[in-house]
Amino acid sequence: MSDTSESTDAAGTDAADDPDASADADAAAVDADEVRHVADLARVRLDDDEVDAFADQFAEILEYFEALDDVPETEREEELVNVMRADEVREGLSQEDALANAAETEDGFFKGPKVS
Amino acid sequence: MAADHNAFITEATIEGDADAEGPLAGATVAVKDNISTKGIETTCGSEMLADYVPPYSATVVERLTDAGATIVGKTNMDEFGMGTTTETSAFGPTRNPVDPDRVPGGSSGGSAAAVAAGDADVALGSDTGGSVRCPAAFCGVVGIKPTYGLVSRYGLVAYANSLEQIGPIAGTVEEAAAVLDVIAGSDPHDGTTRDLETVADADPAASYAAAADGDVDGLTVGVPTELFEGADERVVDTVEAAIADLEAQGAETTEISLPAVEHAVQAYYVIATSEASSNLARFDGVRYGHRAESDGNWNESFAETREAFGAEVKRRILLGTYALSAGYHDKYYKKAQDARAWVRQEFDAAFEDVDAIASPTMPVLPFELGESLDDPLRMYLADANTTPANLANLPAISVPAGEADGLPVGLQFVGPKFDEATVIRAASAVEE
Repeated sequence: MSDTSESTDAAGTDAADDPDASADADAAAVDADEVRHVADLARVRLDDDEVDAFADQFAEILEYFEALDDVPETEREEELVNVMRADEVREGLSQEDALANAAETEDGFFKGPKVS
Repeated sequence: MAADHNAFITEATIEGDADAEGPLAGATVAVKDNISTKGIETTCGSEMLADYVPPYSATVVERLTDAGATIVGKTNMDEFGMGTTTETSAFGPTRNPVDPDRVPGGSSGGSAAAVAAGDADVALGSDTGGSVRCPAAFCGVVGIKPTYGLVSRYGLVAYANSLEQIGPIAGTVEEAAAVLDVIAGSDPHDGTTRDLETVADADPAASYAAAADGDVDGLTVGVPTELFEGADERVVDTVEAAIADLEAQGAETTEISLPAVEHAVQAYYVIATSEASSNLARFDGVRYGHRAESDGNWNESFAETREAFGAEVKRRILLGTYALSAGYHDKYYKKAQDARAWVRQEFDAAFEDVDAIASPTMPVLPFELGESLDDPLRMYLADANTTPANLANLPAISVPAGEADGLPVGLQFVGPKFDEATVIRAASAVEE
C-alpha cells in the first residue's frame, strides 16, 4: 500500500487488528481522491458510489499485493528474439472496411471529438 | 436449448469447408466472443463492443473452418475475459448446465456450458489466468491452455497479451486434442507464435489426439503441496482419489514443493491489470465501439465513453494504472515480474525430476450465482492453481476427476514447455 500516504492513521495501523478494523484503517491509504486521480489518468469516468466502493476494494486488494515484498529479486533469463519480416506491400483492409465500425466518419476518415 | 443457460451471445453460422476430411469435418464449434469472426458480432461480453462487427476472422477460426468444422455461435464470457464466473458479462450470467443455480466458471463460461449442454461438439475459449481450465472444471468437461506461442492470438481481442492463449474445450481429452491439432502452429500475423521446427525436443508432425492413449505406465507425476493446501476438502479428496487411480495404472507420484506459486495470484493480477490498462486504452469511441454523446473535449468525451465498461473492467483498468503509476511501478510491477521469473524457474527445476505436475484445477466447487460478485478479492483467490501456468508460459489441461456433492471437480496437469503430449496423455488416463 501507499507508504507515501498523507493520511494520519495509516502509519499507526496495528497488524493484529481484527479484519474489519484493519480494512477500515487501510481504506484510509486508498482514499476517494486517490481513486479519482487514477480514474482521471485512465480516462474512465466514475460516479460517486463507484469511487467509494473501489476505495474500499482497492485497500483490500493492495493489502494482499503487499506479499510481493517477500519475493526475492530474481534473475530474468528471457530467451527473447525479435521476429522480423521484409517490409513489403501486402493486401490490407479496404478503407471502407476499416471505417465500417466507426461512430462518425467524414470524407473517408475517422472523426473524433474536438481536441480542446 | 441454448437460451436455457445463456451460453451464447450470438447464434450465427459460419459453414466449414464441406470437402475437408479429418476429425473435425462436420463438427460444430462454439467460439468465445472475444475471438474475431468476420461479419458476425464480436462483443467481448461488453456494452463497449455490443455492435462491433469484425472485418476479418481470427486465424483459429480460419483453421477450424478449413478443417471442416462449422461455427455455430459466439459464447458468453466475463467482460473482456475479466472474471472467474461469467457473471461480469454485459449480457447476463451463463448458468452451469450441471446445476443452473451455480456459475459455469469463467471467463470462457459460455464455451464450457455450450459443450456440457450438448449445444456444440467442441468450443474455443481463451485462457489468461485460467479462463479455459476453470469453466472446464466447473462444467465437468476438458479444457487445454497451450504453451504460450503454440496457438495464434491473431484476432483475439487482447486483455493481457503476455499471458493469454486460445485453447480448446471438449467433452473428452481426445476431442480437445484434435482441436488443438488444427489450431496450433505458427502464424505470420502473430509474431509471438513459435515454429515447432525450431523448438528443441518438439515434434512438429506429432498428433496431439494420438497422445490421448491413456498410457501412464512409468510416468512421474509431481504433486505440489502448495496447490492442495487451502483447497476445499471435498475437492482435495476427489483429486487425490484420481491420482491414486493413476498410480494403479503404473504412474509414479512424488510430493514436490513450489513455494513461488504462493505469489502467483498477486503477480498475475498486477501484470494482467497493468497490461489491461494499456490494451483497453484503445476503446476511445473513435474507430470502433460505443461512443458517448458528449459536448466535452477529447479527454472528457473519452472518459464519458468509457463509462460503458462494467465494474470489474473499470476495477482492473484502475488497478493496472495504479500499479504502473509514478512511485508504485517498482513496488508492484517490478516485483510481480520477479515473481513471474521465480515461478518459471521453480517449474523448470521441478521438470528435471517429474514429467507432469498434478493439482486440483480450482480449489473450490462451483460458486452459487451471485455469491462472489461483490467480493473481487475472493474471486481472484480462486485463480490460485491456474495462474502459475500462465506466468510460466506452460501447457496445462483440466480433466474431470469425479464429483463432490454432485458437482464436477477438475484435475489439472501442467507440463514442460511445448510438451502438450504429456499432459494430454496423463489426462486421458484419468478418463479411463
